[in-house]
Amino acid sequence: MNHKRGDSPRNAEYTLFLGCTVPVRALNYEISARKVAEKLGLRLSEVSDFSCCGYPIKSVHRYAYLLMAARNLALAEKKGLPLCTLCSACCGSLTEANHEIQEDEKLRKKINEDLSEWVGLRYEGGIRVTHFIRVLDQEIGKRSIAEQVRTNLSSLRVAPHYGCHYTKPSTIYDRTENPEDPKSLDELIRATGAESVDYEDKLQCCGGGVLAMDEQVALAMAHRKLDHLRAQQADAMILICPFCNVMYEGNQRKIEKTFQTEYKLPVLYYPQLLGLALGFEPDELGMKMNRIKTTELVKKITRRAD
Amino acid sequence: MIDSNTFDPHFKFLIASEPGGENIKRCFSCGTCTGGCPVREVTDRYNPRRIIRMAILGMKKEVLSSDFIWLCSSCYTCFERCPQNVKIPELMNAIKNIAAREGYLPASMKSQLDLLASFGRLLEVTDFENEKRKEANLPLLQGRTEDVRKILENLGFHRES
Repeated sequence: MNHKRGDSPRNAEYTLFLGCTVPVRALNYEISARKVAEKLGLRLSEVSDFSCCGYPIKSVHRYAYLLMAARNLALAEKKGLPLCTLCSACCGSLTEANHEIQEDEKLRKKINEDLSEWVGLRYEGGIRVTHFIRVLDQEIGKRSIAEQVRTNLSSLRVAPHYGCHYTKPSTIYDRTENPEDPKSLDELIRATGAESVDYEDKLQCCGGGVLAMDEQVALAMAHRKLDHLRAQQADAMILICPFCNVMYEGNQRKIEKTFQTEYKLPVLYYPQLLGLALGFEPDELGMKMNRIKTTELVKKITRRAD
Repeated sequence: MIDSNTFDPHFKFLIASEPGGENIKRCFSCGTCTGGCPVREVTDRYNPRRIIRMAILGMKKEVLSSDFIWLCSSCYTCFERCPQNVKIPELMNAIKNIAAREGYLPASMKSQLDLLASFGRLLEVTDFENEKRKEANLPLLQGRTEDVRKILENLGFHRES
């Protein structure tokens, strides 16, 4: 498939794929993403009956995963717009299925036979899947973002967490970004004026993938990273995936208890950080919903602005 | 003591015929996967090199009935680094697909399947959620979709209530 850059940012339009976690547990991510999209001239269109992307079932029944992904892709195809996700696992799962369906004609035929018989849908392979952050990076662009910054965030030192499925497996993303040395999120952070903090094990997995199987293992994985972040005294961690948030923010208290430590580390979604830079009030970006208080962080910005 | 008479020499071929498991026989046990594995970093129970070795040797029952095959976090670090392109996370999925068919589905996966069949999502969108969405000026979502249940039923998953 051709990965064309899309129309000019002013009239770029995507169907937004929310997945399971965002619309129930990460409204602040969705609210802030929609706010910054509107401000930057990115139109987001809705499909109300998308299901789970299929990712959780991949380990149990690969073909069921492909069918679930194909059903969502078929609904998106009806809209005729490229699909953009907020969750990195949704992005990986839909991108991989999309490639496979587009490239394997036999598979596409079989999937369409089953989909049309069972749920009355077909997917012809006509849409492109991407991540909301990738759209900001590639279609809006760092320069354009920097030009629209209204609030100076230069007092903030924040740590990017890329997570796994935003860059890996690099084969499904046509190696858009080197997964061993990604730069897009650091650069997007710098575009807001904030400092992007480097830290040990920056590319390490949050552990979310094993949470359902073994909570202690998952917590231990997130614990290591939170320790590394504390060592760098970052003001906040910046995420682009709701499942990473489950680990670092949702489970931060539990990790503190389990490992007898304390972080109180604010965790923001990138669109929240960007929204602050674009001049939105914290409340407009759903910051009240952040479980780890962001009051100090916001004070730091306003002190600087005064 | 491991008794090699119990090994099933066909196991590696079974895995190689499963989507995602095609490259298992390429593994030369270099350990790059285990060396960079974030799960292995915090627990000895998950060791991809060891699992692949066991699978190639034919330790079918030990592998399929284990809980360790389910501990891969699917971070794809090893996928990127493997010099033999064994595609380990996909290989683990292939093994897990076989395990599921042979009746070794962990309880947590079973409950995820039930949720998907019931709501079409892992988390239900209730009226309460839609009310919260309305307050936040977000578009409302369809509470559940029957399509996922239809797909699962047609593939032979029977819901256990």
